[in-house]
Amino acid sequence: MLTCKQFLQELNDYLDEGLDPKMRADLQRHVEECPNCWVVCDTTQKTLKVYKGMEAHSIPPEIHSRLMAALEKRMKQGPCGRKVEF
Amino acid sequence: MATSSSAAPIFDESALVVRAKAGDVTAFSDLVSHYDRRIFRMAKQITQNDDDAEDVLQETFLKAYTHLDDFQGNSKFYTWLVRIAVNEALMKLRKRRSDRTVPLDEPIDTGEDEVVREIAVWDQNPEDTYSQEELARILDEAVQSLKPAYRTVFILRDIEEMSIEETAEALGLSISAVKSRLLRARLQLRDKLTRQFKRKGDDAFAYL
Repeated sequence: MLTCKQFLQELNDYLDEGLDPKMRADLQRHVEECPNCWVVCDTTQKTLKVYKGMEAHSIPPEIHSRLMAALEKRMKQGPCGRKVEF
Repeated sequence: MATSSSAAPIFDESALVVRAKAGDVTAFSDLVSHYDRRIFRMAKQITQNDDDAEDVLQETFLKAYTHLDDFQGNSKFYTWLVRIAVNEALMKLRKRRSDRTVPLDEPIDTGEDEVVREIAVWDQNPEDTYSQEELARILDEAVQSLKPAYRTVFILRDIEEMSIEETAEALGLSISAVKSRLLRARLQLRDKLTRQFKRKGDDAFAYL
């Protein structure tokens, strides 16, 4: 049986499904038998879910306009890669 | 739905990049319009400041345009953009808080200090309990409380949904460094959000 510490160390790969089947089965067994790790795993999953559900709102129109104006000015200077100003 | 023959145009990143490299400014503008909101959000999350985020946004696309010929297509164009944007954002951060900021490449304490303090189930789906604005504020505040080195990894991997490899490439970090920072970031956020979202004690139900 894995310890809670070992479980936590593998939590990322467990959540991202990047593990070999043997390790996955060991972690699965631990999480089924350890209420604390079950809660940590469940709430971490929920944490990731709420962040993934966040949409990038459109940027304010004036910021988009200023961006496009700055680019237009730059584009008038000629094809990309010609000026070295990095 | 026989009349809906005009589907939304498919965004083909690599085709647009090829055209942009050939000098098609419209193609480059299309790339900008497709990615500007994500670059702006990311810049804002890293710099925590609207003005800096706008500077980062402009610098990112100006540099991308100027150096488009250097983009070899070995990674996704978006990963390349993110790499530029992250560098710009971190420069802003360092300039502003040079006394306190943890540089991205500084070794991170990976000691065993407790990152799991709150062990409690959540009340219900926060999406159902809070308005979008409230939820966005809670989530933003939690991310902003992370150290920049953790925050940046979390933003790329879990908000921008880049792979571990892409995140490592964009930040110039090793895979193992990304993984350890990501674990720390995820657990710290879980901890903070649990304090907010945990199921309330019986008292809370007395009012129902």
